[in-house]
Amino acid sequence: MLSRIAESMFWIGRYVERAEDTARILDVQTQLVLEDATVDEDATCRSLLSIMGVEHVEGRADLPLVLDALCYDPASSISIASALAAAREGARRARETLSVPMWEALNTTYRAIPSGQFQAMRAPAIFQWVRERAALVNGTADATTVRDEGWHFLMLGRCVERADMTSRLVASAALAGAGQPWTPTLRASGAYEAFLRAYRGMETERASAEFLLLDRLFPRSVVFALNRAEQCLENVESSQRAGFQNDAQRLLGRMRAELEYRSLSDLMDDLPHQMERVQTTCALATEAVTRRYFAGSEALAWQGVQG
Amino acid sequence: MVAMFDGYVSSGPAYDEMFDGDRLRPPYARLRTSLDTMTTPELVSRVEALQKGYLDQGVTFDIGGEERAFPLDILPRVIEMDTWTTIEKGVQQRVRALELFLADVYDAGQVFDDGVIPRGVITTSSHYHRAAAHVRPPNGVRVHVSGIDLIRDNAGEFRVLEDNVRVPSGVSYVMTNRRAISAALPETIAEHRIRPVAGYPQRLLQALRAAAPAGVTDPTVVVLTPGVFNGAYFEHALLARTMGVELVEGRDLVCRRGRLMMRTTKGLEPVHVVYRRIDDEFLDPVHFRADSVLGVPGLIDAARAGNVTLANAVGNGVADDKLVYTYMPDIIRYYLDEEPVLRNVDTWRMGDAEARAEVLDRLDELVLKPVDGSGGKGIVIGPHATRAELDGLRTKVLADPRAWIAQPVVQLSTVPTFVDGSLGPRHVDLRPFAVNDGSRVWVLPGGLTRVALAEGELIVNSSRGGGSKDTWVLAGPTQVELQEAAEEPVTEPVAAAAEVPEVPESPVAPVAPPVHHAPEMPVGPVLADLHAQAEQQQQGGGPC
Repeated sequence: MLSRIAESMFWIGRYVERAEDTARILDVQTQLVLEDATVDEDATCRSLLSIMGVEHVEGRADLPLVLDALCYDPASSISIASALAAAREGARRARETLSVPMWEALNTTYRAIPSGQFQAMRAPAIFQWVRERAALVNGTADATTVRDEGWHFLMLGRCVERADMTSRLVASAALAGAGQPWTPTLRASGAYEAFLRAYRGMETERASAEFLLLDRLFPRSVVFALNRAEQCLENVESSQRAGFQNDAQRLLGRMRAELEYRSLSDLMDDLPHQMERVQTTCALATEAVTRRYFAGSEALAWQGVQG
Repeated sequence: MVAMFDGYVSSGPAYDEMFDGDRLRPPYARLRTSLDTMTTPELVSRVEALQKGYLDQGVTFDIGGEERAFPLDILPRVIEMDTWTTIEKGVQQRVRALELFLADVYDAGQVFDDGVIPRGVITTSSHYHRAAAHVRPPNGVRVHVSGIDLIRDNAGEFRVLEDNVRVPSGVSYVMTNRRAISAALPETIAEHRIRPVAGYPQRLLQALRAAAPAGVTDPTVVVLTPGVFNGAYFEHALLARTMGVELVEGRDLVCRRGRLMMRTTKGLEPVHVVYRRIDDEFLDPVHFRADSVLGVPGLIDAARAGNVTLANAVGNGVADDKLVYTYMPDIIRYYLDEEPVLRNVDTWRMGDAEARAEVLDRLDELVLKPVDGSGGKGIVIGPHATRAELDGLRTKVLADPRAWIAQPVVQLSTVPTFVDGSLGPRHVDLRPFAVNDGSRVWVLPGGLTRVALAEGELIVNSSRGGGSKDTWVLAGPTQVELQEAAEEPVTEPVAAAAEVPEVPESPVAPVAPPVHHAPEMPVGPVLADLHAQAEQQQQGGGPC
């Protein structure tokens, strides 16, 4: 498969997952702010933006500003709007390799932005819409995509993004400090009932974090996502007798092992920092994948004469 | 209830293809019966569904960075079998002659020695490339794909307006238009016997495979596109997808030791046939424009060495030059010893002193065309031009006579078209597509009908706001063509219904959290940052 197309597939997977997970995080946080008048809106919004990698906010941070930056504003690189547009742009470039239904699912989702429909939807309905559209894209992909290399890169992108974003979701819950941020966080992952069943209703911060980080059966947990990402890499690599040739595999595997073998208390004591390490690992793994499989797809060897 | 065609007036000197005055022409009889039972509001709703469908499917083209759906009129154009047979013969004849002419021009040049066409006409053409000289393509084909533009004159006769043998585009809309109209007018389609168009990609693939370098039994074929900003990108993607081959950009390819390779996740893999949708000038910075970021350094040498086939061949532009067009009837007689089946539109060469004097006297009643223009660029329609424009034109013609030809104002034929809620006559042309696989020239039944959507407008190009129509070639009573497998049907996505999620129990007031530093969200390869590429990719304006 063409390197450039493989790269497009990887990023389609990432952007669709990013749009969905951003919607999940916003859903939780907007509820927290809106439902409780005593919440310090400015501080909560700042911390939320910082979790998404935005350090500087001019003036007072409030909910409309956050919604603009993380949801509506197509010019903001971390907004749902720009993630959907980027996923569709990637799809347009890989159009001959995508199944027609999958392209249409991505395209019609994106069409809501230029048509103004996206801007017109309000929270929390818009988050519901984004989740449903992501489900439509993923389900269509699942039902119509041949399980070739392109599929593995699509899944790899989705899993890497999911590990990264779940770690941000957990970090945002940890930031909320006291209160019960974990219930809405679990809800945001669509995992609340599964969690209650798994832990027989014993809802504690520890148990919630453990579930979201380490559960081997829950598809949105960090460990589950890292595991799947490793499998995807295995599928595109020829098997090794010993060790890993592939930097991305090493990085992801080591992170997963660290999370699994560390004591939960250790993790909990330093949750935000540990989550950052997950994010850094995902970024490094992405670089490694790019070097190994996508290299040369954008570098132009020919230096043309100007004029 | 008002029937749809009541009050339709086909006025003016143009030939209306549906009505002869107020008499219906035979090919349209069934169409009229079928549509007359439909009310205008019903038609309007179908038109809306048609437009939405094109946006959802992404049947769009970029014009100046904005993505637009290609306008498709709901009323088809119908062509009878006999009429079509003539067109088909004429197009085949023309392609055969063009092939022989190109082979001759880039080899011995017999046609010059025998005085059919002056050598200077070719050697002064900006499309003449020495890189193409003395290169014999593997199966002798240079014009793998052609689009021969036809118009129907006031007498109803089809005439050739120009030949496109470089990178003709528009065939994708022939296929999508048929599917869209099948969905919009299923009953009407069912009442006709229309020759199918879905087989085009297979014919093209077969022709491309047949053109593979000698000794390659299972060639790797690719479609080479300038990229996503190009007006015809949709078409490039559709053809690659329906042929089941890779769609590549220049940066995906690299030449190694005179062979062409593509960059894959498993390393470099060989490529044997390139269906290129990039103009000659951008193909290879070593040979042509050095600033091109769309091509592949070394591609021309690889092709000259016979290691890779380029379709269409480099240098074909000398044959579809508007000046060479004026010699085409003689070229057909010279190589084939036949009379042209399809006549040219009467044309004067401005390089010829006698013709020039006559034309300059009558500038206000003629059409002047730059020899090099495409997409309707630079054309001056005398009757519509101001005095100042005509004076400017006169100066230009005198400065460089070879750069111009003149033609009478030909009233393109009209077909009823649905604009702003009612039917009116609009001018159309026709671009049949032909595929040459080396053993025969196959002509896609139908081709692209382009329609000028503004009343009285004679320029139909998409870059000038033209649209298109589905073109139905009626099958004869004895012809049974198997309906070729259409692509999978397109389902309409269902809009999501918003539900308000459950509200959890009220949480206790959280304490203001400490501000934390998370890494930035990584982003993929920057998509919008390819300005040089974007600009070059847009070469050529609209899709067809």
